[in-house]
Amino acid sequence: MKYNFKAPCSKKKLRAIRNFIGKNLKKHNLDDIEINMIVLAVDEVCANLIIHSHDCDPNESLELNMNIDAKHEGVTFEIIDRGEGFNILNYKEPSLDDIVRNKKKGGLGLMLVKRIMDHIEFKSSPKKNVCKLYKKFENH
Amino acid sequence: MIDISNKTEEDFLIIKLEGEVDASSSIHLDKALRKAIEQNFKKILIDCNNLSYISSAGLGVFMSYIQDFQSQNINLVLFGLSDKVKNVFEILGLDQLLKISKNLEDAKSLC
Repeated sequence: MKYNFKAPCSKKKLRAIRNFIGKNLKKHNLDDIEINMIVLAVDEVCANLIIHSHDCDPNESLELNMNIDAKHEGVTFEIIDRGEGFNILNYKEPSLDDIVRNKKKGGLGLMLVKRIMDHIEFKSSPKKNVCKLYKKFENH
Repeated sequence: MIDISNKTEEDFLIIKLEGEVDASSSIHLDKALRKAIEQNFKKILIDCNNLSYISSAGLGVFMSYIQDFQSQNINLVLFGLSDKVKNVFEILGLDQLLKISKNLEDAKSLC
C-alpha cells in the first residue's frame, strides 16, 4: 500500500506530515505507542531537513513516500529533498552528558531515529537526496 | 500547536501543556520554563495530561535546563503523561534524568 505526501519546507507543516503518517498507519492495526514512535522518527528527519538543509524556506519542498509491505510486516519511508544533502548515517551522536553539560537543545532527534528505525539508508545525487527508513512492525 | 497556562498552588508552579510540542512549537515551552526559573520558582510541576505529542525539540528544552535545575536547587516534575508520550522519554533513557510521576499528588510529594 503506497501513500505520497508533499510539503513546503516550513516547520508549521510538520503537523500535517505527522497527521498523514498517523492516519495511514492506523489502517494497519498497530497500537498507539508503535504508531507514535514511527510518526516521531519521520517527523525528526523532516524537521532536520526543513531546518538545517532548507533554512525553513517554504518555497522549497520535500516529498514523502510511504509504503506498507504487502504482507503488512513493516513500513518503508522515502524522504526526498533537493537541498544540500544531509547524510544521517554520518551524523556523530553526542552523549546525553554532553547535551546536559552544554545545555544543548538539539542532538536528540537523530538519536531517536536511530533507536526507532530498523534500517536507515541515505542516497545523494546532484538532483535529489533520498533518506530511506524501514521499520518492521511488532507482532508480525 | 501548544497552549501553555500557569497556576500556582502553595509554593508550586504548575505549568499545563495542551497540544503538541514539536520543532515548531517548542520555543513556547522554552520561554515558559525560562520565565519560571527567572521568577525564582523552586518547585515546578509540568501537567502533561493534555500533551498529545512531544518530539526531540521538546525533550531538548527539558534537557537544556537540567544543569540550571541542579545548580539552583529547582525541583521539576512532569506528571500525567500518556503512555505514548512517556515512551518517547524512555527511548533515550531521559526518564532517568528527569522526574516523572503519575499524577499531581505524586508529583507534589516528589518535589
